[in-house]
Amino acid sequence: MIPLSHYLIVSALLFAIGTAGVFLRKNLITILLSVEIMLNAVNLSFVAFGRYAGSVDGQIITFFVMTVAAAEAAVGLALVIALFRTRASLNPDAFTSLKW
Amino acid sequence: MPESVLFYLLSGLAVAASALVIGQRNPMYSVLLLIVSFAALAGLYIVLDAPFVAMAQMIIYAGAIMVLFLFVVMLLNAAQEDAAEWDRLHPLRRPGIARVGVLLAVVLVGQLAWALAKIVELDTPVGARADGAVVASVRELGRVLFTDYAFAFEATSVLILVAMLGAVVLARRDGDA
Repeated sequence: MIPLSHYLIVSALLFAIGTAGVFLRKNLITILLSVEIMLNAVNLSFVAFGRYAGSVDGQIITFFVMTVAAAEAAVGLALVIALFRTRASLNPDAFTSLKW
Repeated sequence: MPESVLFYLLSGLAVAASALVIGQRNPMYSVLLLIVSFAALAGLYIVLDAPFVAMAQMIIYAGAIMVLFLFVVMLLNAAQEDAAEWDRLHPLRRPGIARVGVLLAVVLVGQLAWALAKIVELDTPVGARADGAVVASVRELGRVLFTDYAFAFEATSVLILVAMLGAVVLARRDGDA
């Protein structure tokens, strides 16, 4: 079989890409997509650890992560729509004032 | 070794597609590339004897969440990001502070490399049920989900309800009743 560390390296790469996206991009939708990449990287390491530990717990936790990701996407996109209505911009630097 | 070929192909595809996601200027292309990345990850789950997670990945992530993203991208119709004006104004974009951010990123990458260098190499699964037959069984997944994780499962339904209400309230216009 593939060594466990290979899966963890892929997971670390995906997580680093997601972190870079959150810090570098200036588009709220792309930032949310980067968060999804990070969640998926963690899912991959959960499933890989579960497979190599011979237990199904890793897959179960993956389902919960997917649920949280769905909730996060729904609320996050609703926030993006509400923000876009007030400022007509998706740039996070446009939303600096606490009261508008 | 078809399994290792499949692994390197799929993980290369996932990493490349994810890297392209954050390199696109048009969010529409980002969403479509992320679907490619999620499909490659679903293939990796099949390599890992987790076919049910792979199907859930395709149906929930690529099917539902990404369609929601596509819907919002098309609804807002703000294709390109316009950064130049805000870049000049924003205090966090000043050179000194930006350098601290770069330093933090380098520290994160260093920590990741350090952690990965200390991994004890594990070629074959360990534990009592290492053959993979139990791990891949949907029956076993359902049994564990509805016994050991029953409370977390029920809490998840409350989470979904709260998220649904929150999304409706947030996206509503002020004038709507």
